[in-house]
Amino acid sequence: MASVTLQSVSKTFGAVKVLSGIDLSIEDGEFVVLVGPSGCGKSTLLRIIAGLEEASGGDIRIGERLVNDVAPRDRDIAMVFQSYALYPHMDVSRNMAFGLMLRKEAPDKISRRLGEASSKLGLNSLLGRLPKQLSGGQRQRVAMGRAIVRDPKVFLFDEPLSNLDAKLRAQMRTEIKALHQSLKTTAVYVTHDQIEAMTMANRIVVMNEGIVQQVGPPLDLYDRPANVFVAGFIGSPTMNFLDGVVSLADGPNVRLKDGGRIKIATLNVTEGQHVTLGLRPEHLVLAKDGIAGEIFVVEPLGMTTQVSVRVGGELLTIMLMERIAIAPGDKVHLSILPGNVHVFDKGSGRRID
Amino acid sequence: MVAAAYSAEGARIKRWSVVFEPWVYLSPALLIIASVLIVPLIIGISYSFWKFSAFKSQFAGFDQYRALLTDEVLHGALVNTAWWTAGSLFFQFFLGLGLALLLNKPFYGRKLVQALVFLPWAVPTFLTGLTWSWLFNPIIGPLPHVFYFLGLQSEPVTILASPSTAMWGPIIANVWFGIPFFAITLLAARKSIPAELYEAAAIDGASVWQQFTKVTMPFLAPTIAITVMLRTVWIATFADLIYVMTAGGPAGSTNTIATYIYVSAFKMLDKGYASAIAVLLLVLLVLYSLIVIQMRRSLMKDV
Amino acid sequence: MVGQSRLQKTLGAIGLYGAVFLYVAFAILPIYWTVKISVTPQSLLYSEGIKLWPSHMTMENYVNVLQASDFPRFFLNSLIVSIATALLVTAVASLAGYALSRFRFRGKAWVSLVLLLTQTFPLVMVIPPIFRIMGQLGLTDNLYGLIVIYTAFNIAFATFLMQSFFDGVPKDLEEAAMIDGCTRVTALRRIILPLTLPGMGATVAFVFTAAWSELLFALMLINSDDQKTFSVGLLTFIGKFAVDWGQMMAASVLALIPVCVFFAFLQRYLVTGLTAGAVKG
Ligand SMILES: Nc1ncnc2c1ncn2[C@@H]1O[C@H](COP(=O)(O)OP(=O)(O)O)[C@@H](O)[C@H]1O
Ligand SMILES: [Mg+2]
Repeated sequence: MASVTLQSVSKTFGAVKVLSGIDLSIEDGEFVVLVGPSGCGKSTLLRIIAGLEEASGGDIRIGERLVNDVAPRDRDIAMVFQSYALYPHMDVSRNMAFGLMLRKEAPDKISRRLGEASSKLGLNSLLGRLPKQLSGGQRQRVAMGRAIVRDPKVFLFDEPLSNLDAKLRAQMRTEIKALHQSLKTTAVYVTHDQIEAMTMANRIVVMNEGIVQQVGPPLDLYDRPANVFVAGFIGSPTMNFLDGVVSLADGPNVRLKDGGRIKIATLNVTEGQHVTLGLRPEHLVLAKDGIAGEIFVVEPLGMTTQVSVRVGGELLTIMLMERIAIAPGDKVHLSILPGNVHVFDKGSGRRID
Repeated sequence: MVAAAYSAEGARIKRWSVVFEPWVYLSPALLIIASVLIVPLIIGISYSFWKFSAFKSQFAGFDQYRALLTDEVLHGALVNTAWWTAGSLFFQFFLGLGLALLLNKPFYGRKLVQALVFLPWAVPTFLTGLTWSWLFNPIIGPLPHVFYFLGLQSEPVTILASPSTAMWGPIIANVWFGIPFFAITLLAARKSIPAELYEAAAIDGASVWQQFTKVTMPFLAPTIAITVMLRTVWIATFADLIYVMTAGGPAGSTNTIATYIYVSAFKMLDKGYASAIAVLLLVLLVLYSLIVIQMRRSLMKDV
Repeated sequence: MVGQSRLQKTLGAIGLYGAVFLYVAFAILPIYWTVKISVTPQSLLYSEGIKLWPSHMTMENYVNVLQASDFPRFFLNSLIVSIATALLVTAVASLAGYALSRFRFRGKAWVSLVLLLTQTFPLVMVIPPIFRIMGQLGLTDNLYGLIVIYTAFNIAFATFLMQSFFDGVPKDLEEAAMIDGCTRVTALRRIILPLTLPGMGATVAFVFTAAWSELLFALMLINSDDQKTFSVGLLTFIGKFAVDWGQMMAASVLALIPVCVFFAFLQRYLVTGLTAGAVKG
């Protein structure tokens, strides 16, 4: 087990800058999830940690050791690939034991570790099979097994669940989290799925266009997104955004394009400042007065009901906890507590507290 | 990845390996090709400007190219080459296309049939030539009798002995040998056409023939253009079959440029003249290839 | 397909099987006929030469070819040349194919283009210079000269073939192996080679078949009887002796055996694998 530290890491492919100035320190035993839209450089960053890709600049440390010039095999890491990358010509047990055999471990140690790992993952009955004789979920498990059997300092995961169906994915999510809780090995997990990030991470690193946007525990990111990008990326259904202009007359509030007003809690704004408001769907409620709108679509989900409301030119999504008889075309008013309104500077996109 | 794998060995080696490592792996192949194909090719071109004889060799400039213009044998060979190439290609292509479409359909015993019909591709060309000339032999071969029976010939003799029919011998052998090539490439191309296209066409009311002309052919066209081009070059320069079956005879009626080069260089030992013919052939083939590539390009634009 | 009448379906099936039959018959006829003549006794040749099967069979021709002729020698020479060429080409092409598949480097497009061009240029072009150069190097009239030439002729195609087989091994596997503790060389040996072995087999078989078939360069470069390959031997046999059909056909059938064995192995790669660069005969 070890910490992982990145200092101003950057990466260019030819003329294209893929990562710039990445600073990140991952504590020993932490489970950190790198999340961001596809193409933002998450895999590249993970592969730089693994040594499969060379950083164009910056330092990478695993524990105290500077590993910039250390080959992947000497970094004492294990990686689970999206494609699983199981060796097609080796059976499950050989797949799992391959790394230990390369390290010339004693046979009894290999078989003991193999036994432990395979019972942890329920692979005992599959040990003699070839990868092509396994289902997708089973392959995924073997890939996990191959990683844990070596007891490495760091686990790296690159979208390991994205080839599974929704149900299996939810199940494996729980399993990986449980596994981490029992092994306590440092883990860096890449995904584009913010739900995976929210549910699994000790800390989330949100990336966009090769830049770290925000780092923090899941609920911190949810409650206090540092900018519009993070606000929009974390949370499902996504946050609603409305543009407006600050007015300080009778308490700070924001005048919307269609003339409606929303009260805000922060005082760090100036009269006439252009801002973007972020409203979480579950924070908007139907009320006697407030922003005027018209019901557009009603989608009952059982536990909650998701409703699209047309406000001015925009569609706002709201989540209703109670079941109320409403239908498309109904005129409604929406209100929100000032403390629940996220305010971002329109120009920079940054959060204003 | 390449760089990272070697990163432990230090930055200098790293740079070196990134640049040179692939060339190290490529070098045996490139060396052999350069020394056995490219250098001789250049030497061959230079030969065409020299007159060689047993005692002295002298620079001849364009003399041998001028001699080409008046060489009756060469003119006959040019015409023969065109016949040989066009005849072989026509039947190879259409029979190959038919076979590919046939093998794309499911039927009982398809695997075995595929193995059998592709087998001629593996038969050595000298054996192909020999077996077909035997089949045309009236004593031990059935074909003259079949042709006679069908009224194609007035008496059961080998077609290889008569200047008017001799070319058909090598052409038929070549067709036999070349069908699998077209069938294999076209079958692979046909298999890559998504089935949904046919389903959509069928739902839109396309007949089987329309499906063929509107879906299959446009998809196969680029493959067809490139394989036909490569095959043309290959057949035009392919001398083995003719050499084995007729050696250019009778009376030069099956003499192609390829056999003429071979005979000039190796039997008449006039490598200067042979090289001049070879350069002529190369120029013709390059022109032809450029035209086909141009046609293919405009074809691709339409698709 | 739905919507066809019973009659249409039946006619379609008859047409299909009819066409299949014709193709198979055309493909098989020459081979069948060669086998047939090879087992026809000399005495029956003129009376029954054109019958579908002789009234009785003999193995005498095979015995004669194997015992009383140079053909075993020719066979052995061809075997040496073809196996050496196949192994040499596969080794060289594997290296080159690996470089083209796994590296990005400057000049790669040019290398591919040059390889492609050597595929298309007419080999008769190099007949005069090769004849001369080989003579000066003392490589005429021996098998080494042939091995060198055949190797050069087949490298380009085999390289494309091997490249496509290497491309078929996902890069992830190599990377997983390197994280598991492999160097690049051990990853090559323990992961990539085992997975491309069938592809190498196909390449060996393909090159073997090509080398076994070659005639013109062998005819040009080889004179003495003890160096002759099968193709040259068979052809001079025809020229020298009054035609002994039975023996020649028996020899031909023997020459067919190795290529048929390799063909059986190659068969399943033909449509999928060979199309990658199925350019040469
Ligand atoms: N080997 C490479 N060469 C050139 N560009 C690359 C290479 N690998 C990745 N990229 C580019 O880098 C960017 C980030 O890629 P990646 O890290 O795979 O994104 P993510 O995993 O976040 O989807 C993409 O725009 C991708 O096209
Ligand atoms: Mg990725």
